[in-house]
Amino acid sequence: MSDAPITHSRPAHRPPTHRPVTTESPGFRYALIAVVVLFLAFLLFAPLVAVFAEALSKGAIEAVTSLANPEATSAIKLTLIVAAVAVPLNAVFGIAAAWLITKYDFRGKALLITLIDLPFSVSPVVAGLCLVLTFGANTAIGGWMVAQGYPIVFALPSIILASMFVTFPFVARELIPVMIEQGRAEEEAALTLGASGWRIFFTVTLPNIRWALLYGVLLCNARAMGEFGAVAVVSGKIRGQTATMPITIEMLYNEYLSVAAFSLAAVLALLALLTLTLKTLLEWRFADQLAAAHRP
Amino acid sequence: MQIEIDHISKEFGATAALHPVSLSIPSGALVALLGPSGSGKTTLLRILGGLEFPTAGRVLFDATDATNLTVQDRRAGFVFQSYALFRHMTVFENIAYGLRARPRAQRPAKAEIARRVTKLLELIQLPDIGARYPSQLSGGQRQRVALARALAIEPRMLLLDEPFGALDARVRKELRAGLREIHDTTGLTTIFVTHDQDEAMELADLVVVMSMGRIEQIGRPQDIRARPATAFVKEFLAV
Ligand SMILES: Nc1ncnc2c1ncn2[C@@H]1O[C@H](COP(=O)(O)OP(=O)(O)O)[C@@H](O)[C@H]1O
Ligand SMILES: [Mg+2]
Repeated sequence: MSDAPITHSRPAHRPPTHRPVTTESPGFRYALIAVVVLFLAFLLFAPLVAVFAEALSKGAIEAVTSLANPEATSAIKLTLIVAAVAVPLNAVFGIAAAWLITKYDFRGKALLITLIDLPFSVSPVVAGLCLVLTFGANTAIGGWMVAQGYPIVFALPSIILASMFVTFPFVARELIPVMIEQGRAEEEAALTLGASGWRIFFTVTLPNIRWALLYGVLLCNARAMGEFGAVAVVSGKIRGQTATMPITIEMLYNEYLSVAAFSLAAVLALLALLTLTLKTLLEWRFADQLAAAHRP
Repeated sequence: MQIEIDHISKEFGATAALHPVSLSIPSGALVALLGPSGSGKTTLLRILGGLEFPTAGRVLFDATDATNLTVQDRRAGFVFQSYALFRHMTVFENIAYGLRARPRAQRPAKAEIARRVTKLLELIQLPDIGARYPSQLSGGQRQRVALARALAIEPRMLLLDEPFGALDARVRKELRAGLREIHDTTGLTTIFVTHDQDEAMELADLVVVMSMGRIEQIGRPQDIRARPATAFVKEFLAV
C-alpha cells in the first residue's frame, strides 16, 4: 500500500501510569460497576433463573411432558406463526414510514410521526378493544368476513393485527434517527451515477440501515411473541386454537399448573434469548463492517 | 459538451435561491462558480446535475433542451461537497457502482469493469487503495475517489461542489493541480463551486461571480480582476 491508513491502532503495551483524563478514580468505578451488576442480577438475572428453576422443579421429564401437551404445542405454533407474519410486515411498513419521513418533505409529516408513536401510548387492552369494535362479527367488514367463513376477531387475523398494532413503532423508531443522520447524499450520488430507485434502495439505503433494521426487527419480534393485553382481548382465549404462548401461560398459571406454566414460560424466555444470541453472533461476525459504517 | 443556462430561476417556498440567471458555457471549459455562502452556487450546480428542478427557465446541452431530463439520463459526473462515498462499499466498489448500475445491455463485462476501475485509480494516483473502505481514507484521498467514481460513468460534464472545501491548505494546492490535469486529459466541460477567489482565479478559464441568487459578472480571471463589473465584485475581490 502506498500510504498508511489513518485509523489509529492501539499501542501494544499501555504505559502503566497512563490514565485518560475522563476516567474516574478506581474506587468510584468499582462502586459504579457493583451497582450496575447488582441491579442487573436482581432485576433481570434472578427472575430468569427463577423461571427455569420452577419449570424444572419436578424434573426435566415432567417439564418436557408438559410441553408435549397439545395445548402447549398449539400455543407455541400459534405464537411462531403470528411473529412470522407480523414481524416481516411491520419491517416493510417501518422501512416505508421511515423512508417517507426522512427522505421527503410533505404536509402532515409531524402528524405521521405522532401516529407512529401512538401504539406506545395507547394501552394494549384499549387497542384490542378498538380492533374488536372495528372488525367484530357485528360490524360490516367483520360480519362479511364471518359470512365468507373467515372471521377476523377471535381468530388468527385479529391476533396478527393486534400484534402488529402493538409492535408497529419498533422498526420505524430505530430507523428514523439513523436515516436522518445519514441524510440523502449517498442516494443522490447513486442517482447521478445512473442507478434506478429500486437499485438505490437495495444497494445503498438498505445496507446503510441494516443494523438499525436488525435491532428494530429483533425488538419487534420479541414484543410480538410476548404480547399479552391486546391479544387477550381479540383472541377470545380459545384453548388449543387462539391462545398464544403468553395467554396459555397465564391460563395454566391460574389453574395452579405451575410446572406446565413455567415450562412454557421458559420456552418463551429461550426464544427471546435466542434472538439476543443471534444478534450478538451477527455483530461479532460483521464487526468490521459495523465499525466501518459507524465511522464518518 | 456546451451548456446553456437560459433564464433559470429557483424558489424554495418563499425564498428565491436563484433569480433568473443566464450563462453560456463553452464546450471543454473549466468554470468556477464563485460567491459567498448562500449565493445560490450549489443550487445552480444541482439544477445542472438534475438533482433539483428549476422553477422557471431552461437548460440546454449541446443546443438540445435538457430541462426535463432525469438525473440518471443527464450523465453528469457529480462530486458532492462531503463526497458522499458509499460507506459500506470498498473504494473499488464505489468506483464501479455507476458501471454496474447500467442496464444489462450496456453494462461492461466484469473484467472490463475491473480494468476501468484500475485505470481510474491510476489516474487519481492512488493505485493501491481499491480494497479500503472510505472511513480508512484521508480527506484528500476521499475527494479523489469521489472524482474517480464520477469519472467512471464516462460523464458528459463534471460538476464539483466545493471540491476542496474540507481540506487543509497544502492538500488543496496539490488537488487543484490534480483537477486541472484531469480536466485537460479528459477534455470534459467542468464546473466547480468555490467561495475561495484565489482558487477560482488560479484554476478556472472562466469565472462566474454570484451573489444573492444573481450572477454579478462572467469573465476570464484576469478580466474580472482588472475590471470588476459591480461594486459587489470589487468588494468581494478586495477581501
Ligand atoms: N433545499 C432547500 N430548501 C430551502 N432553501 C434552500 C434549499 N437549498 C438552498 N436553499 C436556500 O437557497 C439559497 C442558496 O443556497 P445555496 O445554493 O446552497 O448557496 P451556496 O451554495 O452559494 O452557499 C440559500 O438562501 C439557501 O438557504
Ligand atoms: Mg454550497
